[in-house]
Amino acid sequence: MHESTVDIGLVSPDLLGTYGDGGNAEILAARLRWRDISARVVPITLDQPMPVSLPLYVVGGGEAAAQELAVRHLARLRAATTRGAYIFAVCAGLQLLGQRFTVADGPERAGLGVLDLYTVAAARRAIGEITADPWQSGLDQPLSGFENHQGRTVLGAHARPLGRVTSGVGNGDGTEGVVQDRIIGTYLHGPALARNPRLADLLLARILGRSLPPLDLLCVTALRHARLADRSRSRYGSGRLRHIVSAQRPSPDH
Amino acid sequence: MLVTGTNGKTTTTAMLARALTEQGTVASNSSGANMPEGLVAALAADPDAGFGVLEVDEAHLPAVLAATGPAMVVLLNLSRDQMDRTGEVRRTERALREALSRYPSVTVVANCDDPLVTSAAAATRHPVWVSAGAVWQADAAACPRCGDLVHDRFGQWWCRCGLARPRPDWTLERHGIRTPEGRHLPLAVGVPGPANLGNAAMATAAAVTLGAPLVPSLHRIGSISDVAGRYRVVDYRDRRARLLLAKNPAGWREILTVLSDHISPVVIAINAREADGRDPSWLWDVPFGRLAGRQVIASGERAVDLAVRLAYADVAHVVVPDPVAAITHVPRGAVDVVSNYTAFQDLTRTLRHA
Repeated sequence: MHESTVDIGLVSPDLLGTYGDGGNAEILAARLRWRDISARVVPITLDQPMPVSLPLYVVGGGEAAAQELAVRHLARLRAATTRGAYIFAVCAGLQLLGQRFTVADGPERAGLGVLDLYTVAAARRAIGEITADPWQSGLDQPLSGFENHQGRTVLGAHARPLGRVTSGVGNGDGTEGVVQDRIIGTYLHGPALARNPRLADLLLARILGRSLPPLDLLCVTALRHARLADRSRSRYGSGRLRHIVSAQRPSPDH
Repeated sequence: MLVTGTNGKTTTTAMLARALTEQGTVASNSSGANMPEGLVAALAADPDAGFGVLEVDEAHLPAVLAATGPAMVVLLNLSRDQMDRTGEVRRTERALREALSRYPSVTVVANCDDPLVTSAAAATRHPVWVSAGAVWQADAAACPRCGDLVHDRFGQWWCRCGLARPRPDWTLERHGIRTPEGRHLPLAVGVPGPANLGNAAMATAAAVTLGAPLVPSLHRIGSISDVAGRYRVVDYRDRRARLLLAKNPAGWREILTVLSDHISPVVIAINAREADGRDPSWLWDVPFGRLAGRQVIASGERAVDLAVRLAYADVAHVVVPDPVAAITHVPRGAVDVVSNYTAFQDLTRTLRHA
């Protein structure tokens, strides 16, 4: 059966792309293409109206000063969600989709209100590696990422955490991220889907309405191992990492 | 004279120091040691120098400004870099603006094509505006003053709040530089890439503002071909390795242009130590797909992070974590080696002793 091209909306890359989160859209598209499903990334910059008909939108992290502008641009995402779109939101993206948020030394602002949560400014900025055990069915591996934010996010009754923090800060109360209806949010950069391919495939399976064949990349396995198992940085990673890396490496020329 | 900004500090400092040699002796931290210790060491090494030209880490500029009381600040560009250490680039801009507003009579030579730089420099009374080009606009979509959308039409940018591109005094043009008097002079530099033409324009404007003669300054600035080991070609085991530094998305944008001149293999060495920024997520802001078809070796302490990035960009590659081994991994002949900060330092040190 011929499937039409899957368009993945990359929301405001000019405002919400500060931490490499645009990579999440690129990863989703590649994981479809590698399974012979046509896919493309549709960047939706500030000077364009937000299309409401895409199946999936990816929203990245951004700087505090840009968030009011971002909320205005994002307004039509609400219409997209009522039409059944999925959203994957990271960091500031997660905060913007909530009821309200306060960034450090700023006033409280209204969010888009599609997630039952609110975010206040934390006393300290959370910067560093973060790991979490997922609570979401379909995810069976620890989540890994890098967090860099000053938000403390409180979930309401309609929202569930994506996981439980095992190291790092996340939402600030021991939970990490959010799942509500067709929206998944997280504080993980890295980008999140580079380090957590199961999460990428979970999103893709949902928008396609069917399960996908496994797709394991050696380099992703090596990266996950390096970040999860080797949290105290050693020079070239652990013995296991070296083994995986050398397996990828053709014989040198002398 | 203090030189700061995200990219081009070391090169512009070298250019300005070279341009001023006719006017007097110059003390400078030419190695790129741009934290306060490095500045003190450079000044102490040459206490009788007529000029001090110092490259300053942008996060340290407010303190260095207060400590030195400079005649001039050269402000190149501001974009995302080492966000785990310096935080958001807008916060850096705000700190620079506040610091400069306390010294309103200092002469700031500023790139008016960069809205963040313009916002900071406009805090002083008599900025010298240079249209030096902008390689990276992605951090200036929102106004640094009010957070609203910055409009841009053919490089003329403006915001509703009134912040807008000032009329440049100096302009980098297609084949040269236009002076405040309207003279057009050719600009040739010995270091590759469009950003270095911008750096040369900034250095020229700074030198002439300080009283150096125009034509000899241009000549001296153009004679620089090796900046703290960058762009240098090193022979190592029958490989001619061209050593390049790129440590953030804006720097990479520039280096990809430089690489496009060649078809030789490319070694990319990425570390994520404190001085590099602990989070290599920025690799995903680099359009590595342009390297497809080249022989690419992923190297450095974060070679595997890079490997994942390259895999998703459909760039075939192999992983050789040790950068020196990576150089010998490619066939004999020319190879481009692009490293970020600590990887570059380690590599130049190792090759020097090889």
